[in-house]
Amino acid sequence: MAENTVGTLRIKSGLADMLKGGVIMDVVTPEQARIAEDAGAVAVMALERVPADIRAQGGVARMSDPDLIDAIKREVKIPVMAKARIGHFVEAQVLEALEVDYIDESEVLSPADYVNHIDKTNFTVPFVCGATNLGEALRRITEGAAMIRSKGEAGTGDVSEATKHIRTIKSEIAALAAKNSDELFVAAKELQAPYELVKWVSENGKLPVVLFVAGGVATPADAAMMMQLGADGVFVGSGIFKSGNPIERAKAIVKATAAYTDAKVIAEVSRGLGEAMVGINVNDLPAPHRLAERGW
Amino acid sequence: MAGNSPLVGVLALQGDVREHEEVLSELGVLHRQVRNAEQLAEVDALIIPGGESSVIDKLTRIFGFRDDIVAAIRGGLPVLGTCAGLILLADRITGGLDDQQTFGGLDVTVERNAFGSQVDSFETSIDMPAIGGAAIQSSFIRAPIVRDAGSAEVIATLPSGEIVGVRQGNLVGISFHPEVSNETRVHDWWVRTVVVPSLG
Repeated sequence: MAENTVGTLRIKSGLADMLKGGVIMDVVTPEQARIAEDAGAVAVMALERVPADIRAQGGVARMSDPDLIDAIKREVKIPVMAKARIGHFVEAQVLEALEVDYIDESEVLSPADYVNHIDKTNFTVPFVCGATNLGEALRRITEGAAMIRSKGEAGTGDVSEATKHIRTIKSEIAALAAKNSDELFVAAKELQAPYELVKWVSENGKLPVVLFVAGGVATPADAAMMMQLGADGVFVGSGIFKSGNPIERAKAIVKATAAYTDAKVIAEVSRGLGEAMVGINVNDLPAPHRLAERGW
Repeated sequence: MAGNSPLVGVLALQGDVREHEEVLSELGVLHRQVRNAEQLAEVDALIIPGGESSVIDKLTRIFGFRDDIVAAIRGGLPVLGTCAGLILLADRITGGLDDQQTFGGLDVTVERNAFGSQVDSFETSIDMPAIGGAAIQSSFIRAPIVRDAGSAEVIATLPSGEIVGVRQGNLVGISFHPEVSNETRVHDWWVRTVVVPSLG
């Protein structure tokens, strides 16, 4: 009889497998977490300020207060995720000690290290990381990420960057799958990712971990579009609780994500949702304020 | 699977649908995704995958599909449930959401998320006498436990004695995920000993 082993890649990526087809919602209070769970979220992301407020208020954005994370964990029974700053391995140690179910090493917070990401293989708790392209995704997986989310541009309500990033990752995977084996060595060099991982993606035509989309999803149609573009699921940050009717919008995005190919369902759930979050056009953002450019 | 393969549906509202489909493909068993009552009516058996049990429950109600699943189970449709699927097949659950419902069918009490948070999730191998051979590779991910097996037959236990697999007639529920462990023998056993005989 084998011993029980915890923290293997299979167990870490396995939880992400179970979240597929679902919506993960940013929440900043236990009350919001309750709304998210009632609406059918597969998990909640506990944080102190949603990205739209981080953008508006500025300053350094850090890991949440442990009291807030504990309060949200007490409120809901679905998995609870929380964000650590890029490279801040001690924030990650704290979040692991708090027994969150997933850590997001996130560009939405202020980076703690502009050179290194966290060595995620040192942890039992799994990590999700953002990526704007395939090379970035593979570097995060090499560091131990068990789930990837395309970055989009958080806190804008503008889905265009999310679209760009999922399309980029998908088309780079397809290009890799079309290559001959003797072309993969240069591909690994160009992607700045380990050859073995590049070879695996080429042979299997997919990432070895689940790929969600994040950053700018604000409507049911946005969520369904991301699913039709090949996402395994959707993160919604500011889009729900910065809108006019969070309860109905949360339910509508859950339904549209599950029935993402059924335009009649998407039309039905899009009715009467009130105001979407006001939003910022990504093109109006000065480059230093673009979160997607954090992480490398 | 040679000859007349049954058509196995995988409930495809949320969860690890793809992994179950990959196991069925590897076994050569015909399969399709089931998202509504029309598709359910076409299959010979159903797999309820892992996922978030409360979300799968909600989606079957939102899409007006729950009563059809319950009726199919009552009517003898062979069903395999893994993790969330076990919870959804249980007549009674503890640790669920306040408004959480199940399809029922297994006369058991299942505790949702019984091992703790994700850092307590684990891999192991367990003996399943009904299947025989080497121990079964299994992943327990925020997994449930059968606290009372009622009139169901126990088919899998952990060394600590916890019940993690039950069968009652055409219904099989397990706490773990052979489908994420490169383990095909549980699905193969279920198709051969439950699904195929049910076709008469």
